[in-house]
Formats: sequence, C-alpha cells, structure tokens
Amino acid sequence: MSGYQGKKNIPRITSDRLLIKGAKIVNDDQSFLADIYMEDGVIKQIGDNLIVPGGVKIIEAHGRMVMPGGIDVHTRFQMPDRGMVAADDFYQGTRAALAGGTTMIIDHVVPEPGVSLVAAFKQWREWADSKSCCDYSLHVDITEWNKGTQEEMETLVKDHGVNSFLVYLAYKDVFQLSDCQIYEVFSVIRDLGAIAQVHAENGDIIAEEQRRILELGITGPEGHVLSRPEEVEAEAVNRSVTIANQTNCPLYITKVMSKSAADVIALARKRGAVVYGEPISASLGTDGTHYWSKNWAKAAAFVTSPPLSPDPTTPDYLNSLLSCGDLQVTGSAHCTFQTSQRAVGKDNFTLIPEGTNGTEERMSLIWDKCVVTGKMDENQFVSVTSTNAAKVFNLFPRKGRIAVGSDADLVLWDPDITKIISAKSHNLAVEYNIFEGTEVRGGPLVVISQGKIVLEEGSLHTTEGCGRYISRKPFPDHVYKRIKARSRLTELRGVPRGQYDGPVCEVTVTPKVISTVSSVKTSPAKQQQQQQFTPQPVRNLHQSGFSLSGAQIDDNVPRRTTQRIVAPPGGKANITSLG
Amino acid sequence: MSYQGKKNIPKITSDRLLIKGGRIVNDDQSFHADIYMEDGLIKQIGDNLIVPGGVKTIEANGKMVIPGGIDIHTHFQMPYRGTTTVDDFNQGSKAALAGGTTMIVDHVIPEPGTSLMEAYDQWRQWADEKTCCDYSLHVDITHWNDSVKQEVDNLIKEKGVNSFHVYMAYKDYYQMSNSELYEVFTFLAERGGIAQVHAENGEIIAEEQARMLQMGITGPEGHVLSRPEELEAEAVFRAITIASQTNCPLYVTRVMSKSAADIISQARKKGNVVFGEPITASLGTDGTHYWSKNWAKAASFVTSPPLSPDPTTPDYLNTLLSSGDLSVTGSAHCTFSVAQKAIGKDDFTQIPEGVNGVEERMALIWDKAVTTGKMDENMFVAVTSTNAAKILNLYPRKGRIAVGSDADLVIWDTDSIRTITAKTHNSAAEYNVFEGMELRGAPLVVICQGKIVLEDGNLHATSGVGRFIPCSPFPDFAYKRVKARKQLAVLRAVPRGMYDGPVSEFSMSRGGTPSASARTSPTKQPVRNLHQSGFSLAGPPTPDDVPIRPAGRRIVVPPGGRSNITSLS
Repeated sequence: MSGYQGKKNIPRITSDRLLIKGAKIVNDDQSFLADIYMEDGVIKQIGDNLIVPGGVKIIEAHGRMVMPGGIDVHTRFQMPDRGMVAADDFYQGTRAALAGGTTMIIDHVVPEPGVSLVAAFKQWREWADSKSCCDYSLHVDITEWNKGTQEEMETLVKDHGVNSFLVYLAYKDVFQLSDCQIYEVFSVIRDLGAIAQVHAENGDIIAEEQRRILELGITGPEGHVLSRPEEVEAEAVNRSVTIANQTNCPLYITKVMSKSAADVIALARKRGAVVYGEPISASLGTDGTHYWSKNWAKAAAFVTSPPLSPDPTTPDYLNSLLSCGDLQVTGSAHCTFQTSQRAVGKDNFTLIPEGTNGTEERMSLIWDKCVVTGKMDENQFVSVTSTNAAKVFNLFPRKGRIAVGSDADLVLWDPDITKIISAKSHNLAVEYNIFEGTEVRGGPLVVISQGKIVLEEGSLHTTEGCGRYISRKPFPDHVYKRIKARSRLTELRGVPRGQYDGPVCEVTVTPKVISTVSSVKTSPAKQQQQQQFTPQPVRNLHQSGFSLSGAQIDDNVPRRTTQRIVAPPGGKANITSLG
Repeated sequence: MSYQGKKNIPKITSDRLLIKGGRIVNDDQSFHADIYMEDGLIKQIGDNLIVPGGVKTIEANGKMVIPGGIDIHTHFQMPYRGTTTVDDFNQGSKAALAGGTTMIVDHVIPEPGTSLMEAYDQWRQWADEKTCCDYSLHVDITHWNDSVKQEVDNLIKEKGVNSFHVYMAYKDYYQMSNSELYEVFTFLAERGGIAQVHAENGEIIAEEQARMLQMGITGPEGHVLSRPEELEAEAVFRAITIASQTNCPLYVTRVMSKSAADIISQARKKGNVVFGEPITASLGTDGTHYWSKNWAKAASFVTSPPLSPDPTTPDYLNTLLSSGDLSVTGSAHCTFSVAQKAIGKDDFTQIPEGVNGVEERMALIWDKAVTTGKMDENMFVAVTSTNAAKILNLYPRKGRIAVGSDADLVIWDTDSIRTITAKTHNSAAEYNVFEGMELRGAPLVVICQGKIVLEDGNLHATSGVGRFIPCSPFPDFAYKRVKARKQLAVLRAVPRGMYDGPVSEFSMSRGGTPSASARTSPTKQPVRNLHQSGFSLAGPPTPDDVPIRPAGRRIVVPPGGRSNITSLS
C-alpha cells in the first residue's frame, strides 16, 4: 500500500489514515450503522470494532449520515468564450464543489470548431491537472463533424478514458450539427460504447427568434428567454430521443430546464427509450422570472441555455420528477462569468456569455427541496447526487458507493444545518449568486476527498493540483446491457420473393431519381455494395408463382382504364385476397 | 338564372330537384325536411314546400341526406418522372362521386426551382378539362426564396389558394430546413394561409434508407423499415413547435401512426391551433402488407409516411377522429399501375408512392366509426365534409345543408353492404389496398351541382363540369384564435438604465457564439434614460491593465444601495 495513487507527491499529507466512528452509512440502496476505515485514499474496512493501526485520526460521527461524496456531472470551469475565460477556474471551481460536499466533477471539453478533439482534450487535462482540488473526469463536446472526428473519438475512448460526448442541437453556424450528422455521431458513439449527450434546443428557430426580438428593440436579458421558449427545448429533446432510438444509442440530455422537456423524457422512458435526464442546480432551485429584473447585472447573471423557465412552478415539478426516477442525475452546469464579462452583451442579449453557478449549492439545494419536503429519502438523494452518475459514466462502484475498495470520497452530512446562500459567503469568483437569499437546510459537516479531510468545522483545506483524472471505460453496464440486447433483436430481414418480372414503366431520368437515395453519396462504399447486390438474385423457381408473369406483347401499350389485371399463373387468389 | 359553371353542359339532366322525406344531417343536428334545389343551389328547406311543377322528385323515405363529402387531399393526374398517376382528374373525380364525395382538393406540386404560378395554371388547366365535381387546389412549396414568397402572395390574393404544403421529408429535393419552415410559416400567418406539412424527418430517413439498401433489403418492406413511425411523430412535434412559435395554424397531412396522432392530440390539449388529417388508408388498413410475398401487392401499399405495421393503428386513429383530436379526412389518393410501381422493383426507394382511397373514404369511415358507435352521423358529417369546408373557408357554401349552400348532397344508405375489390372499383389501378374489405354504408344517390350523378348504382358524371372553387384567406375556423393570440403576444422590453460598469474585452473570433443570427440587425443603442440610471453599477473605473476583479473581491456598492443586488426582487 505504498505510494500515492495520484500522479504527484503532495507536500502536506494531512491524514493518510482515517477512521469514522459511529456513522450511519447511506448508500443508494440502504442505510446502516458502521465504522469506516480508510487508508491511502481507499476505503479498507467497514464494520463494527474494526482493528486499525494506532495513531489513526478518528472522526466521531455520532450517528450522523455518511454518504458517498457528490459527483457533479456537468461543470464548465475555466471555459474559454471568445477570448474570455469563465471566472471560476479549476481551482476555484473544485474548491466550491468540495465546500458543497461534491468530491468529483466531470467537466466539458469544448474544442473550438476546427481544433482537434484530442488537442483540446489535452489542453483541458493540463489545466485541470495543475489546478483541480478533487478528482475529475472529462466529457468531450463534438462541435463539428467530419471523418477525422470519428477517429479522434475512437482515440479518446480507447486511450484517454472518455466515454461520453456531447453534441449541440443549438448555436447555429457555430456548434450546431444537423440531424444527419447527429445520426452519424450517435451511430459512432454506440459502436464505441459511449454515452451520447445533447444540448437540446432547436438552434434554427432560436436564430430566427433572436433576430425577430432584436428587431423589436428588445436587447436586454429578457430577450434571451423570449427567444428560447421552452417548447424549443422540448422539440429538440424529442428529436434527439427519436434519433437515439433509431440508432439504438443511449442518450443523456444535459440541462433539463423546463417542464415540457422533462415530460418528453419521462414519456420516452415509459416507451422504453434508454434516455437519462440531467436537471441542474439552477433549474431545480430557481426560475426565469429574474430575467425581467430591472437590475441589468442581476438579470444577466441568470443567462444560461436552455434558459430558466419563467414558469415559477418549474423547480418543484423537476424536483418531483427527479424524485420519482424520471430524471436521474444532477449536475450544476457551473459556468460563471463576472458582470464585466456579461456586459459584453449589454446592448445585445445574444452576446451575453452563458452560464450560471451551482456546483457549491447543488447538494444542499436538492436536500432542501427534495428530502426535507419528503419527495425522496436519503438513499434516493445519494442516487441522484452521486450513484446514478457513477453508474451511467462507468465509475461505479469506485465512486458513488461506500464499500470496501471504493475511493474514500465521503461526506458527513448534517441534515439540520441551515444556511442562507449569498454571494457574500460563497466560494466563487463572481459577484452574483443566482440563489441569493435562498435558505437551505442540510449541508456537509465534514468532506473527505481522496481519504483526506478537506472540509472540517467550516474551513476548507484544499490542495491545488491534487485532483486525479479518472478515466472511464466504455460500455457501462448500467446503460449498455439493454442496448446490447436490443441490437441483437433489431436484426432486419428482407422478404424472400421471386423476382418481379411483370411490365416496368419507362422513366425519364430526372433529378427526382436522386431524391431519396441521395444520402448514399456519403459513403461510396455502400453504393458499390448495393450495385453488386442488385444484379438479379438467382430466380427461385419455387416462389415464382407469386410474381405477376403476365408479360405479353402488348405490355408497352398503355393500359386502358377498364382493363383489369391479367390472371397470374397461380390464379387470382394472391391478388384479390389480402394474404 | 344561367349556369354558374364556366361551360354549357350539353345534357342538362335535372336543373330542379326536390328531395322528399329525407332526414337532413348536418354536423350539428339532424332533422326531417324536404330540400328543393335549383341551378345548383339549395333554395328551400322545410315541409310542404311550394315548388314549380314538373320538378324531378326523389323520395328519400326517411333516409339520411348529408352534405357531399369533401376529399381534402388528392393527387390526381400527378406527374411522376415522365409518367402520370393512372387516375386523372376525370377518373379520379368519378371515383370520388361514386363514393359520395362531391368536392376534391388536389395538390399542385411544382418541380423545385420552377414557378408556383405556372404549376398552378397547369393544374387548373388539367382539372378544368376533366373534373366531374367541384375542386380546389392546395399548392406545395417545394423551394423557398423571395420570388416564391411573391408568388405565394399572389396565389392567396388573386388565385383563390389559402393552403400551402411544405415537406419535411425528401431530402435534397422537396425538404425544407427548420429555418425555411419558420419563414414560410411566418409569412403564411401574416397572409392568412394554412400551413400544411408532410411530416417525416427526411434526414434520418435518408440515413436509414442507405442502411437498408446496404443490408440488402430492397423490397417494399424496406420502405416501412426505413420510415419508422417515430420519425413521423418527431416531425409532427417539430412542425407544431415551429407553428406555435410563428403563431401559424398548422395542418398535418396524412396522419399514419398512433404516435403522430398522439402528438397532435397532446398539442391540441396544450392549445395549439393544429389539425390532423388521417387518410382512408390509415383509417382502413395497416402496414403488415409490406411483407406480402407478392411484390406487386406489397408495392401497392407504398406511401409516405408508410402505413403502420401495428395492426391496431386504424382502430386507434378512428377513435381519435371520433373524439375530435383529429379533424378532417382525405384520401391522399395517388395511384400508380403495377408497371409504374415496378420502377422500384430492385430498390424500394424508387417505388412511386401513393395509395387509393377517394372512393372508399366515406363508406370506410361510416363502417369503422359510425357502425361501431365511435361517432354519430353528425360527427361523421363533420369529419368527412364540414370541418374541411371550414378550414378551406368554404363554409357554409360547402359542408352544410342550408338554404343558399351548393346543392352537393348525398342520400346515404346505412344498411347497404359492399365488398371492396379492384374488380369493381372506379379507379384505374390494378390493386386496391382495401381489397376484400366488407363495408356497411354507402351512397344511394349522389347529387353534385344540383344534378344527380349517382342513382341506382349508375354513375352519370360529366367530364369538365367541375368548377374551381376559390378559397379566401383567414378562415375563421383557424384564424379567430390566431388573431386573438397575436394581440396577446406583443413582447415588451424591460426599461432599464444603461449598464455603464466595466466591460470585458472579447474577441469575435468565433463569430460570436449565439449571436450569429444578430447579423441582420445592427445592435440598436437604446437612448439613455437618465431617470432610470440609478440602477446601473457605478463602480469606480478599474484600471485597464489590472485584472478586472480579483477572485476574492465582491461587487462594489451601487449608488442605490445593495438591495437590488442581493435580494431577489
């Protein structure tokens, strides 16, 4: 058990060996009382009266809940946007995460269109390795689609431990992919055993609406939500579910912001689609009425896409769906900008950099909205904040569970603590907090990351750069067991028929011929195959009775309207009866 | 008292007609009364009517008299790659009359890139020559640019067209992008037109077709396999979203599957102005026949969206039609001979698409929906005639039995039983997709333009008597609601002082993420309102070289105090 699992030596090792006594261990399936002993960042023993080495630091839990540290599946720390960079970098961001009880984040790599995926991935690795205070992993966004992209995706899956890719249905002319491209991306993702994530909004309609709204003279942040009505989100969710179903690819909807989008997901799950929905801290905790705030800076702080719904009943609704399992995982989509950065769009809402905070508030917010209100119990709470994420992204049971052998990422949770969220006390670099003034009950008392105490008695002891990159294998069981079974079932077969040898109408070769088959052009290989195939299958004489063999010399004469079909050799039966 | 029609018809069989003892069935009520018509119009309704002598009298003996059916979707004489569908306007409208339909609405399909107006004139010419009943035209928009826009405008203003059809399928040919749909819908909403859509996701279909062919599936079953019903539902959903954004009334042609119908009924529950049109084929049969071993038979079912392989679909659609979730019925009658279908004998994507149904429509709906108790006779009139007339803005001229309405009537025999077969149908096609089906209910007498065209089982249709019926824009049935919403949907900006705090430097290198669309409107600088300037963040100016706000630093106090920053107002 020598040596750190991490890639670096950390100068100040505060506590390599830890014992939590008298804890109520809360996993997603059950809660029970036991002690936990960890060493070298891994849970070594769980039970009563553990035999542990002397001199171990002991935390008395006094029967309080100890749960797996939260996994924030969606962050955008240090994200570049038009020469600016999101205010919270990997250091500031992961500190905030740890302060809220989240011990792992999954960030999004956003390659500029034209930049190689692998290069962008390496860039993000470099940023995160030097600054991240907790374990992290990376999703990679597909911002354009060509042949090279496919190879890069393969490399990322095979050599770099990436198993999730995000595509955009919005941001026309920048990130947006067409339906066709998405179909192809999804097919590739399924073959690689990864998860397809989508930013679901109809970018075409948004572009039109933005133009219309600017023309009306609406330039403030309210224009942002007016140009992105929730229907447009629901439409895109519906479309991506359809494409994912067609390609038998598991689908993950990031940022579920509205009731209608959540409904579409719930409905698709009822129909058996393999689809996951991720509401974020913002959509679970606040609403879009603030876009009409007279304070421009405050209104702009809420700008994110899809926007928060102006319907104030949305958060409660999404919390209910999260509790009943229709939505499964939660992220924060934490992507913060300072007011001066937001002010880039002071005269045009379409230029306001997008994103809201939430990585620090996520756990407390969900506890307050769902557990305190009785919508879910503590075990479900663990599922939606940690376990489900670990399962979907193939980190389970290393993450998302308290068990022998799992990583020592734990949170000692105090269900009674109350706190008022405010920009004055948060761990972020921005002036506004969208949850300003919200009182939440429940919060972390002690946070243990990689076996070390990082939060105790309200003070954070984080170490910049100690976060490890956690690579993720493809084909997560939680997702792919079903997909595999389905791909076996969906084998399609043609109907064996005799060759049709009746009269064939002459056609002029007008462009219409191309119409439906034009898609074949993307793969010349297919066309050849098809041509090889079409050459007359050998005529099966046993089945020839089915064909209309009424070929006669007058076949080229146009049929008179009164003339009925000639009798085929086998009699009329198969023509007039619906066999 | 001259003819309303454009021509003198040589043999005027019966200019004046009296139906005695009929039970008049409109969409709202049924009652017993006599009907007297003259010159193609209903002149009197009531008991003991005073009519001129020598009038031909039909004894209805208490049978139902209903407004003649309106088949809102036909493709007669449609050109297809140098050939033409086998039922031309003569053959097709004859079949319509034989089934109790006295008006058809055909689709004008201009080749992409050609003029809508020319295509319209062409169709008018074909139809005027040959149609045996009144007709109207929808115009399909197969490409979109400013000149098309102009033509659409002219068609609405001068040519009596109020409905335009766009395609979400047929990639690289008819298909329109979402942005184009948005523009078309916006324009139609302005001019009072109805937006019709062929709803299928053409992009995915193209991918699936390539996949099927690659797998070696070339027969008609490939057609339905490459067009699963989800793709239909997806496109319906998208069309509804765009229509609702643009506040444009939407009409979904050919509702073929349960999922698509569900989306429409859901949207109606949410208040969208959307109409769904199931067709004879989707109400009467299913897609299991695509797997028939008889290629010609399987091919005869090829239409898009395809018939659903789920055999419970027809019953489901009939139920939704009865509950009002689906509004109108057409036939999408578009028939090809076996030889024409055989163009695609080695590649299902080449099979010309379309099924029959103009003749069977009325009887089929009666059998599936009225005899089963799903709907009553009044609802039957609504879905076969009245609703269509309302959408086309032809009501009450068509779709109602009332004084002043056109004398297009059907005496309906609820007990007659017929077996549908290609041997006896009036279409020129060799196959009938309803082959062998036994239907209860049929027209006994059909009166079109005040003249008897079907009596005792004999058709007396006259080619070329059909008149073009112009449809005017802004049909009340759809636009009353749309207008009210327009008034409500005025968007207002929030009056704010100008933000005058620090602004970050940024590059537009990426084309400005979401702002690409802003290009059309150079940003307007709102005039600064000094009365409201108290809201701005008037912090001390930050030196440019210093990073704007160190991480730990909080926002400076604005002049108006902190309250508007920290409290959620």
